[in-house]
Amino acid sequence: MSDIVLDVQGLRVEFPTRKGILTAVDDISLQIRRGEILGMVGESGAGKSMTGMAILGLLEPPGRISGGSIHLSGDRIDTLDDRAMQAIRGRRIGAIFQDPLTSLNPLFRVGDQLVETIRLHTDLDKSQARTRAKDLMREVGIPAVEERIDNYPHQFSGGMRQRIVIALALCAEPELIVADEPTTALDVSIQAQITALLKRLCRERGTAVMLVTHDMGVIAETADRVAVMYAGRLAEVGAVEDVVRRPKHPYTTGLMGSIPSLRKDVEELQMIPGSMPRLNAIPPGCAFNPRCDHAGPRCRRDVPRITEGDATGAACWLEQTGTVEEGAIA
Amino acid sequence: MNIRPNAILEVDALERRFDVSAPWLNRMIERKPRRTLRAVDGVDFVIQRGQTLALVGESGCGKSTIAKLVTGLHPPSGGKIRFHGDRDRLQMIFQDPFASLNPRWRVGRIIAEPLRTLRPDTPEDTVSARVDELLRTVGLAPADGLKFPHEFSGGQRQRISIARALAGEPEFLVCDEPTSALDVSVQAQVLNLMKRLQKEMELTYLFISHDLSVVRHMADVIAVMYLGRIVEIQPTMDLFANPLHPYTRLLLDTIPDLDAPKRDRSPMGGEVPSPVSPPSGCSFHPRCPLVFDRCKQERPERRAEVHDRRVACFAAEAGA
Ligand SMILES: Nc1ncnc2c1ncn2[C@@H]1O[C@H](COP(=O)(O)OP(=O)(O)OP(=O)(O)O)[C@@H](O)[C@H]1O
Ligand SMILES: Nc1ncnc2c1ncn2[C@@H]1O[C@H](COP(=O)(O)OP(=O)(O)OP(=O)(O)O)[C@@H](O)[C@H]1O
Ligand code: SF4
Ligand code: SF4
Ligand SMILES: [Mg+2]
Ligand SMILES: [Mg+2]
Repeated sequence: MSDIVLDVQGLRVEFPTRKGILTAVDDISLQIRRGEILGMVGESGAGKSMTGMAILGLLEPPGRISGGSIHLSGDRIDTLDDRAMQAIRGRRIGAIFQDPLTSLNPLFRVGDQLVETIRLHTDLDKSQARTRAKDLMREVGIPAVEERIDNYPHQFSGGMRQRIVIALALCAEPELIVADEPTTALDVSIQAQITALLKRLCRERGTAVMLVTHDMGVIAETADRVAVMYAGRLAEVGAVEDVVRRPKHPYTTGLMGSIPSLRKDVEELQMIPGSMPRLNAIPPGCAFNPRCDHAGPRCRRDVPRITEGDATGAACWLEQTGTVEEGAIA
Repeated sequence: MNIRPNAILEVDALERRFDVSAPWLNRMIERKPRRTLRAVDGVDFVIQRGQTLALVGESGCGKSTIAKLVTGLHPPSGGKIRFHGDRDRLQMIFQDPFASLNPRWRVGRIIAEPLRTLRPDTPEDTVSARVDELLRTVGLAPADGLKFPHEFSGGQRQRISIARALAGEPEFLVCDEPTSALDVSVQAQVLNLMKRLQKEMELTYLFISHDLSVVRHMADVIAVMYLGRIVEIQPTMDLFANPLHPYTRLLLDTIPDLDAPKRDRSPMGGEVPSPVSPPSGCSFHPRCPLVFDRCKQERPERRAEVHDRRVACFAAEAGA
């Protein structure tokens, strides 16, 4: 049996609008193996969450998958109907979202929400499920569990709410966890606990994790491989040391340069000039070309792609062919 | 660091308690007592006009609660907040860009609202020109003003809330995790923008972030919080060069470091204590590597020292 848990091929996500079709995810291919953490980074609005939502079958209409395929441990899941997908979510794929309130119902005590989810996915009885709920809350670092299990979501801090969501996602011991900014609202010590928890799950249970985060420090310490997205496309994919230390794509280089340092003092942070194009105004050729110092005629004509079959590399003409001049017709 | 005698905000023995008791009926049946959570427990600090004070500390230590007390969203349970500025020009950027934008309003209206409140007589075309300018300032396009919040990604929504805060021509901005939803390249743009505005308009920031590299870049003074209290306050460079409190040292050691990643990092030991029943004495004592007997009985106070360097720790006091 292959150890590929998630296999995404040529995924496209579109939003039909009055003014035409917006492509939020444009031909993305990714694989995550058992026990592997794939980090996803990239400009705000690049399509990271949309990719995650497509995998979870949670795209909100009119958003829809318009191409490609998604397989979970060999089973095709992008063609399943809502009911079948709902069964897969929670049981086989756990989700942790950027906004903890998407996963928590403000009207119910967190303990009851955990117990309900656990009972939905296991055959534990009510009191066993409550014990398990407490264990999970402890596992994600909630203090004084006995006192807090009956509190409502709004009674917890932002970071604690997120930890409860993580506990919810772990209830059914899923094969794949899609974690969208799970540590964004957390301070470093809790962040370290959460990432250590994710790493432990990978190691001990073989869970595959897709970890979307802006925090390169977290990526450097947690992910095995990294995928960098820009304007709905993959800019670069590679082993974490390579992408962080020896970025190949000019966008990745700019991204790495703009991180405030713990060692150096600068008055101004390095910036990539300009901003990512709107989805309805993606320039022809390489989407990064208006902001790229190296852009040449070829970049403004042909879309660079990460060469198929090879799961690593950079979608950049300069990197792939050594030149940005006219070149052969792609 | 030079202390200028022009404090814009003085916070004195500030307290905020929350009632987290079980519902009345449950309390009666299960014989549970009423429970209070001390989210903010005797905090004081001063912010000088034109400066940035950063609050850092573990999730749940009370940072957002302080932000909400300062902006008047929560009334304090004790202590004083003295604001020597124009209350109308105190704005806040919220931690949660999802909850803080009205989903039924178009983005343009959201951004225009503080401007209309501040200057109700502004002609409509001036308002809309200003909204367009603000959208551009935060890296969005004027056309985005016509859309609704749900049409934007998390980071884009955070930029909308920054534009809204700037629309109120703030002199004092409370920023609760303003860039934690942003990717690093947009973060660099927003932080550079905030620094530029600060210089140009003598803005004052109360800046909350869990990202210590961001805090190091932005803050003049850093206050480290633990369980509702400030355990150490120092000018930024001094804090990084010479952290005095054992908790601060742990915190600095835990920062994920891009230049030297520790992939086998073991997270900080110990369970985070509950603010409902905090440990006796120094509330950090169950996790402190330097703990000694006195720490379990007595509560260390923050000793005033030269400049704004203060620490609440018996070991640091003895060593100092
Ligand atoms: N309902 C919608 N209609 C049209 N466009 C949308 C809609 N929802 C999202 N988008 C667009 O899809 C693109 C991808 O958004 P996505 O949420 O995946 O970004 P992201 O990479 O997760 O960004 P962030 O880092 O800010 O969370 C964005 O440009 C966004 O504006
Ligand atoms: N409305 C409320 N009712 C009861 N308890 C609350 C309420 N708001 C906050 N708390 C509690 O007060 C404490 C401090 O919360 P606060 O949101 O200020 O933390 P924080 O430092 O901002 O954390 P984070 O980094 O996770 O955002 C937490 O224990 C939280 O559970
Ligand atoms: S393809 Fe051209 S424009 Fe795009 S990143 Fe490479 S050099 Fe720059
Ligand atoms: S007072 Fe004691 S327990 Fe508290 S931080 Fe100092 S040494 Fe540690
Ligand atoms: Mg997102
Ligand atoms: Mg907070």
